Amino acid sequence: MGGKHYLPLTDEDRREMLSAIGVDTIEDLFSDIPREVRLQRELDLPPSLSETEAVKHLSSLAAKNKNLNDNISFMGAGVYDHFIPSVIKHITGRSEFYTSYTPYQAEISQGILQAIFEYQTLICQLTGMDVANASMYDGGTAVAEGAIMGCGATRRSRALVSRSVSPFYRAVLSNYFNSRGLELEEIPLKDGHTDFASLEKMVDESVASVILQTPNFFGLVEEMDGVADVVHKHKAVLVVSADPLSLPLLQSPGDYGADIVVGEGQSLGVPPSFGGPLLGIMAARSRFVRQLPGRIAGETVDSEGNRGYVLTLQTREQHIRREKASSNICSNEALVALAAAVYMASMGPQGMREVSEQCLQKAAYAREKLTALDGFESVFPGYNFKEFAVKVPGSPEDLNSKLLKKNIYGGVDITPFYPELENTMLFAVTEKRTREEIDTLVRELEGWK
Amino acid sequence: MKYNVIDGLKYTKQHEYARQEGNVAVVGLTDYAQDKLGEIVFVELPDVGAAVEAGKSAAVIESVKAVADLYAPVDGTVTEVNETLLDQPEVINQDPYGEGWVFKVEIKDESQLGELMDKPAYEDFIIKEEEEE
Amino acid sequence: MRKAKALLFEMGRSGRRGYSLPDNDVPEKSLDQLLPQKMQRNEPLGMPELSEVEVIRHYTELSTRNFGVDTGFYPLGSCTMKYNPKVNEEVAALPGFAQLHPCQPEETAQGALELYYNMEQCLKELTGMERFTMQPSAGAHGELTGLMVIQAYHRHRGDHHRNKVLVPVTAHGTNPATVTMAGYEVVQVPADERGNVDLEALKEAVDETTSALMLTNPSTLGLFEEEILDMARVVHEAGGLLYYDGANMNAIMGYTRPGDMGFDVVHLNIHKTLSTPHGGGGPGSGPVGVKERLTPYLPVPLVEKKGDQFYFNYDLPESIGKVQSFYGNFGVVVKAYNYLRMMGAEGLKQVSTDAVINSNYLASLLQKHYYIPYDRIRKHEFVVSPKTQAKKGAGAGDIAKALLDRGFHPPTVYFPLIVDEALMTEPNETESKETLDAYARAMEEIARIIDENAEEIASGPHNTVVGRLDEVRAARNPILRWQKE
Repeated sequence: MGGKHYLPLTDEDRREMLSAIGVDTIEDLFSDIPREVRLQRELDLPPSLSETEAVKHLSSLAAKNKNLNDNISFMGAGVYDHFIPSVIKHITGRSEFYTSYTPYQAEISQGILQAIFEYQTLICQLTGMDVANASMYDGGTAVAEGAIMGCGATRRSRALVSRSVSPFYRAVLSNYFNSRGLELEEIPLKDGHTDFASLEKMVDESVASVILQTPNFFGLVEEMDGVADVVHKHKAVLVVSADPLSLPLLQSPGDYGADIVVGEGQSLGVPPSFGGPLLGIMAARSRFVRQLPGRIAGETVDSEGNRGYVLTLQTREQHIRREKASSNICSNEALVALAAAVYMASMGPQGMREVSEQCLQKAAYAREKLTALDGFESVFPGYNFKEFAVKVPGSPEDLNSKLLKKNIYGGVDITPFYPELENTMLFAVTEKRTREEIDTLVRELEGWK
Repeated sequence: MKYNVIDGLKYTKQHEYARQEGNVAVVGLTDYAQDKLGEIVFVELPDVGAAVEAGKSAAVIESVKAVADLYAPVDGTVTEVNETLLDQPEVINQDPYGEGWVFKVEIKDESQLGELMDKPAYEDFIIKEEEEE
Repeated sequence: MRKAKALLFEMGRSGRRGYSLPDNDVPEKSLDQLLPQKMQRNEPLGMPELSEVEVIRHYTELSTRNFGVDTGFYPLGSCTMKYNPKVNEEVAALPGFAQLHPCQPEETAQGALELYYNMEQCLKELTGMERFTMQPSAGAHGELTGLMVIQAYHRHRGDHHRNKVLVPVTAHGTNPATVTMAGYEVVQVPADERGNVDLEALKEAVDETTSALMLTNPSTLGLFEEEILDMARVVHEAGGLLYYDGANMNAIMGYTRPGDMGFDVVHLNIHKTLSTPHGGGGPGSGPVGVKERLTPYLPVPLVEKKGDQFYFNYDLPESIGKVQSFYGNFGVVVKAYNYLRMMGAEGLKQVSTDAVINSNYLASLLQKHYYIPYDRIRKHEFVVSPKTQAKKGAGAGDIAKALLDRGFHPPTVYFPLIVDEALMTEPNETESKETLDAYARAMEEIARIIDENAEEIASGPHNTVVGRLDEVRAARNPILRWQKE
């Protein structure tokens, strides 16, 4: 049997322990399970594997996948192929961190608590917010919880979401809203951006949250000038989803008046992992602190006056407030938040800025080259960060299969999410892409139909 | 008795007190309640002008590991709230019947006060509750 | 000597760097040309500038100020802090898993899809369910997904008045919170004197507004609900469904299955039962399984097999939609799948056997010095109630701190709420008899000290890197981020 080395009890241990308990057989310990529900056979699972066999099996499954290390990727849509400093895996691989539970016993959890406190600070610096939590599951659930926070804060039950917000996030959001009996309406697009005139018309005293994303799903930086004023005029809450790696370069959400900032933190040193584990970012103005979902680390002192950290404001949370809690979230993505903190600590302000500038420059270069090809058209005017939408002269699926033969992952086909955009693809260009790789992509598509 | 219970006040089974001052009742948490709750860290106050209903939650009192609703002892309209508690919630622990009052309510129906417990009745009530623990 | 640790922000020096990037090799345009000035950031990032060595030393020191399963015994009740096999970490980090993009073509991710497919087959057999989704990212997320599925089922049948979910008093806090998240009202069901759900009270509580009963079995008291079949019948006859919170699945693998007990929906905490690490709070993974009549409502996409090809099926018109942006915490599922394949049927049953032996054995040792309510056979966990010790001046919270001083992680304190001064203790199958004996000796010593001088225990911990932390101060004047003086 494979996993025996994880089970230290010997037969003799078991005999001694049963006798200490005061029962004769193991069966006696399960006598409280009614006979009618007892499984009268052994579980029918594949035979157990030794460690060698398991590694072989898993490696063979892994080998059936083409991965980003062996291919040039232009896929994005929320998950990106960014540089990941080697230090991250060595730190998140320290088992004092990764084998610990939520730091309820603060005195022996100062490591993870301080790391979370630092993470919260870094997220606040990036977003221009006052408080951040210890993480949500991913960008989609962070958007949904941010919108619900707005409902709690305003005691209203209706939200507006721009169609330029990722369709993946909107799918989660609409499901959360539908289940809870909250109302959701979409703000239409204008040239790939949120239609500001429609937003102005739609927002009124019944609206709790207005949810925007910038850079939006098409990679376009939204014009945020005046948006907060319109939203605040009706005492609604402005929820902005932002790629944290765009923020070293872009005006901070705090600066243009956002109330709650959410987003996907995968850009910050986290491998794509087929879409999970990811990192949900959640930050807000201090007046929303009691509506914040999830865990928050706070500073305090110990019995001798030394600085230390604890989980605080726990009365918001499910284990204390139960059905009145701000959310049901319990397990979060703490280790991924640690990875993001290590990323930011390693890159520093200079490195963060350099990465985002390279994304901007390289995406602009790729956009210019690609859309110069016959039949390839830029879909929207505006300012792109690291992604852009292109209309291609044929089916995106065919285009991607052609590229795949050259070990290139092309763009993401976004027509299924926006049926009005025919044959449209979203290309992402991170700092990891080289000029040569971009030129290869362009060369491969030259004359393609 | 270990807990301070004051003569002349009216008490609820959820451990609120009401002190009648003219047609207004001053409402707060009893000494017993503040002791059970432990160190109070946050208070959510009702809005002035809000209508409260006897037996319904009107304010929320939080300690580190517990949340308690403060129920209105009588129907009425909130006339004043103790804003000191927003910055210094510990005042409830220090002086529950004095500086630690929570809100004042204009009494609609004075007979509702009559239905509440007086000092001896409330003391008996606490003793019973202590025994049950 | 106790000493506070410097924060990242108090370290480093302007001009220092901890990264290396290749130079930008595309023709550079002026920034203002690519991004109008008013869209540009106009405040500094305010982040520290550190060398790689400083970063490594900072976090290495932080790690020494943290206690994990690898550090020592971690009997945290209902959290199943079992050993996390190292090989799991290794396989999950393979580039063929970690470096996959969620939008890459299905034909390039056949191994990932096959793994999801295989995992689903295993979980179906383990629980007695018809289909599974791996999308929920944690246990509570699974609960929410499960209730959404139940809600969709009722709504689809035109049953719109079912707006209540029954939750026993012994339930995890996530259950009532989830009920609210899903737009339902909570109806609390009391326990009887044996610690089971009170069947008579349950009969009273169910009616035509009942959507579901959420239940953990064994409960947080570590007790198996002996009347589970009657409970299931009562709820089903009223038209409600049964939801199984799988947090305590570690007690029953190979002995009984939620599906056979009558549950319609189940979530598993694979970061508990199937050995993946908790990561200081996450990531977890909370797959949800359902009986056949509920399969149409599961989140999209489901993984299907056609011939020898695997694909994502989005064609589920009654589906609730999505609960996570992509397909769930794949990286966590890889680890759990590896564990499951190594243990096999016999191994998993041995896991539950040993978990139950360890729990009953440790309870029998502690019973000599502490009150343990509900004197009967327990499953994988039990609740100690140091009421007499509390009266002497050192309660559950103080005993927890005294355990820190003795190198143990304490049990879950003050939960479940129906036990005074609760210490919910879950020893797990990966602990040896010697470890349990040592823990029992420490608990005995603590009880003895409390008898002699409770203050010594109440003033702890004494040997940790920081003394007892002032939670009141943290809550009264929240400092939630570092700020420049």
